[in-house]
Amino acid sequence: MKRFDFIQPATIEDALAAWEPGAVWLGGGTNIVDLMKTGAMQPDKVIDITRLPGLSEIETLPDGAIRIGSLVRNSDLADHPQIARHAPMVAEALLAGASGQLRNAATVGGNLMQRTRCAYFQDPTAACNRRAPGTGCDAAQAGDGMAILGWSEACIATNPSDFCVPLAALDAVVEVQGPEGAREIPVAAFHLLPGDTPDRETDLAPGELIIGVRLPAEATGFAANARYLKVRDRTSYAFAMTSAAAALRLEDGRIAEARLALGAVAAKPWRATEAEALLAGQAPDDALFDRAAEAALAGAAPSGGNAWKIDLARRTTARSLRMAAAGTPAEMPALPASPFGHSAEDHAHA
Amino acid sequence: MSPSISLTLNGEARDIALDDPRVTLLDLLRERLALPGTKKGCDRGQCGACTVLVNGRRVNSCLTLALTLDGAEITTIEGLAADGTLHPVQEAFIENDAFQCGYCTPGQIMSAVGLIAEGRAGDDPERIREGMSGNICRCVAYHGITLAVQDATRSMTPLKKEDAA
Ligand SMILES: Cc1cc2nc3c(=O)[nH]c(=O)nc-3n(C[C@H](O)[C@H](O)[C@H](O)COP(=O)(O)OP(=O)(O)OC[C@H]3O[C@@H](n4cnc5c(N)ncnc54)[C@H](O)[C@@H]3O)c2cc1C
Ligand code: SF4
Ligand code: FES
Ligand code: FES
Repeated sequence: MKRFDFIQPATIEDALAAWEPGAVWLGGGTNIVDLMKTGAMQPDKVIDITRLPGLSEIETLPDGAIRIGSLVRNSDLADHPQIARHAPMVAEALLAGASGQLRNAATVGGNLMQRTRCAYFQDPTAACNRRAPGTGCDAAQAGDGMAILGWSEACIATNPSDFCVPLAALDAVVEVQGPEGAREIPVAAFHLLPGDTPDRETDLAPGELIIGVRLPAEATGFAANARYLKVRDRTSYAFAMTSAAAALRLEDGRIAEARLALGAVAAKPWRATEAEALLAGQAPDDALFDRAAEAALAGAAPSGGNAWKIDLARRTTARSLRMAAAGTPAEMPALPASPFGHSAEDHAHA
Repeated sequence: MSPSISLTLNGEARDIALDDPRVTLLDLLRERLALPGTKKGCDRGQCGACTVLVNGRRVNSCLTLALTLDGAEITTIEGLAADGTLHPVQEAFIENDAFQCGYCTPGQIMSAVGLIAEGRAGDDPERIREGMSGNICRCVAYHGITLAVQDATRSMTPLKKEDAA
């Protein structure tokens, strides 16, 4: 690991003033310390933000929105009663990610900013346009493929976050503070598709700090029928191969409004607005959900030998909609977001 | 002057000078403080062998920079049987044959102590397996580990009687 200066500012103002090119923010460290060990990230200065005041709260705002401080740990957010009540699929996605130990350390801001798990990105000796612009893409050369939506010749990597998928579906907003002042970025517009500049990963400008994430009040309207489903190599402690966050607002047996986002298929959490439009106003049934999943993947293309992933994403999407229609379970499932075990859907069919 | 941190380490106050900001909590324990009970498996957050408690919460010490910990309370496997009596989780691991080579065991035990404190799993084996998934065991002692965590949970938290009624 390259040597770096370490500082621990006591205020947000001090933190912003301490930032300079070559500096990085340190949250829980579960992603950045790993990447500093491999050499994929080589900061000159590490600014530990975990002592900053006022960023560890979860509060309900007067308009009913929920504001989550950027230093709230993933485990504390997942366990918070307001999240269970208003946005249960956010809790389910968090609990389906990483491990108990990692969730205790990982912060909200760090989770939003976590880098791709592309093995060539992590290896500083590999060609990678995302890490080192203009060097090429060893992942594309290898031919297995990764993304199926929104990828480019320059980069086929996916965003690995589970948490961001329901956030995108629920129209959450990222609150940012920087040298130029404060601003807000919708989660759905926060991560960028690679195009010719895969090194530009998010809309965050250099030196800007994530202060918090806001879930709008209307998220609550979906709480009774909201699920996150994650398919992985093993049932726990593994990144998604495909995932989906599905939420339905039902009125008189019809879908008044649907929200749908897919994970691990693109460089950003993939909001499926065409599928949402197709679902609105319809009576929920399996054939409808299959058509919605079809619509969600209509633009998909393999980025290598991963045509299988299009099928898997389609099935994951359809199933997440069926699970959402069956209702949010009263208690968090023993295996969160898993296709295995006794889900509400299984009970519904029993 | 090199930076320093103050820790409460296994109940003892310690002032530690750190000449290098790159030192992780894991390397601090093993290489500088003569506490090799905490194990290094992957050094990348992927195995759980390095699990310790920081302020009562289980974390991976391999991904924690030591300099971030000023003022923290750290408990390692060496500090669990503080007064010479084994911790109930340690007892339960022995009772249930919850290890083979033993390399993952300190991390498993610290993780189990953390999980029981979280109160997330109760004595439901499926929830225990999920809650312990951050600890890999190359010898596949998982069955015994699940039984041990179940036993320890029962001995540490009086179960609600209405469940039996
Ligand atoms: C073995 C393993 C398995 C995992 N499995 C999963 C999984 O299944 N699903 C999943 O979603 N995730 C998984 N993760 C990733 C984990 O969720 C992330 O590492 C974690 O969320 C990052 O949070 P952090 O606070 O530790 O970030 P850090 O490592 O501290 O930082 C990550 C990045 O975010 C930047 N950053 C941090 N805070 C801010 C802020 N406030 N403003 C701006 N930038 C900021 C940092 O500069 C850095 O670039 C796994 C990780 C490991 C090691
Ligand atoms: S897919 Fe993207 S991240 Fe992976 S090697 Fe290619 S350019 Fe780098
Ligand atoms: S050594 Fe820390 S998780 Fe493997
Ligand atoms: S007992 Fe050998 S690795 Fe778990």
